[in-house]
Amino acid sequence: MLLILCPHCGPRNADEFSFGGELVPRPGPDPGPEAWRNYLYTKENLAGWEGEQWFHLSGCRRFLEVERHTITNEIRSVRDVTEDTA
Amino acid sequence: MTTRGPIARYSAFSLIKQSLTGQRWSRVWRHHDLQPSYDVVIVGGGVHGLATAYYLARNHGITNVAVIEKSYLGSGGSGRNTAIVRSNYLTPEGSAFYDRSIKLYEHLADELNFNVMFEQRGHMTLAHSDSSLRTMHWRAEVNKMAGIDSDVIGPPDIKRLAPAIDVSNRPRYPILGALWHPPGGIVRHDAVVWGYARAADRLGVHIHQQTEVTAIDVTAGAVTGVQTSGGRISTPVVVNCTAGWSSLVSALAGVRLPITTRPLQAAVTEPVQPILNPVVVSGSLHVYLSQTARGELVFGASVDPFSSYSARGSLEFAEGLAGHVLELMPSLSKMRLLRQWSGLCDMTPDFGPIIGMTPVAGFYVDVGWGTYGFKAAPVAGEQTAQLLATGVVPDLIAPFSLDRFGRGDLTAEKGAAAVGH
Repeated sequence: MLLILCPHCGPRNADEFSFGGELVPRPGPDPGPEAWRNYLYTKENLAGWEGEQWFHLSGCRRFLEVERHTITNEIRSVRDVTEDTA
Repeated sequence: MTTRGPIARYSAFSLIKQSLTGQRWSRVWRHHDLQPSYDVVIVGGGVHGLATAYYLARNHGITNVAVIEKSYLGSGGSGRNTAIVRSNYLTPEGSAFYDRSIKLYEHLADELNFNVMFEQRGHMTLAHSDSSLRTMHWRAEVNKMAGIDSDVIGPPDIKRLAPAIDVSNRPRYPILGALWHPPGGIVRHDAVVWGYARAADRLGVHIHQQTEVTAIDVTAGAVTGVQTSGGRISTPVVVNCTAGWSSLVSALAGVRLPITTRPLQAAVTEPVQPILNPVVVSGSLHVYLSQTARGELVFGASVDPFSSYSARGSLEFAEGLAGHVLELMPSLSKMRLLRQWSGLCDMTPDFGPIIGMTPVAGFYVDVGWGTYGFKAAPVAGEQTAQLLATGVVPDLIAPFSLDRFGRGDLTAEKGAAAVGH
């Protein structure tokens, strides 16, 4: 079982969330087809700490940024995407 | 280290002699010291890597080949899949490809001189909704065009072929029909790994277990060698056949892939008398089951809901699986699960594999096999070997090139497992 500490709802089972995959930097406004498809498809698929997007589907319905270790499934940090990182 | 002599062929006579004299069985493949250079280095000692090595040697006479495996042979997906083969895919390119694989499987035991226990018991994909039944008809027609034995059958035929399945109106999702594919079945997956390893070894291929590739040397856009835990190997050709770890191995050569690694869990029950002959799959319930020759029922499901390199099982999986299996076969309610395990699947965005060249000269991939790699191993090995030997991309694998993603030319193979439809 994977527990995610939602900043709004507290610790919840990963079943409640929808996994959005690793965070990939969005290309600029006019990236051209190749850069756009690269953004859509190509993944780092890291074995280690990975920044990911999760959506709390059956909870607060907020998009979250989660730092998870992809080998141990340990979670280091969770924050709402709208939260200021500075 | 010792290098044993050539491996004897198995025959009825040799088996009887062995059993009467009680001698120790000889090694199935030999140990070799790592050579400083090879013509081809295959990374990954699973069924894809070993099949590629075997066909390179047998079909093209290229025998100065090393298969490098960081653990033991078949330790990844090759020994963790549910051993199902079929060719009733949705797209013409998918059907043609897997049909070739079944043809190779049919003669594999004879060709490798190793019993791979291929049982063509038939493969049944259940439909629980009108839309699902419509897809079954679509798949059946695509398959028939490719000359593949595949048809839609109704509940009475399902009951006849697999009496343990509940075809009544009782379940939450009653069974409306099924796609019936007689050539499908199950193969002993470990035997395929060992059979290819043994046959490749006989032809001169070197198999190196417990040897991990730590770096791939690329000079001026071309592969020049690999660094391994056992030393450096100089080689102009490296083939990545590492399934769940393929992103990490490709990254060593500076090649990025459209792959995410997801665990897929499976489970097996205690052995019982024969109760289920065909392979039964339900896309809607995300479950597939078959009974092994030993009598255990093997269950598989769809991939886990998030990516991971962890091969741990979860209670959620066992719970969901049991519920779905009992929907199909209520008579199994007293059965006990013996164990559950998980394997790592290299999933691509279009559920099609990635085979062929990469932007780095001499670096080839045979990856992205997701949840369908075992059934494809013979044809993938054969075609990859042909590509390596001739330098020309064979027609069968042309739709599965890495550059299709940059061109936006995806394969849309929804007939793959792990896709509810």
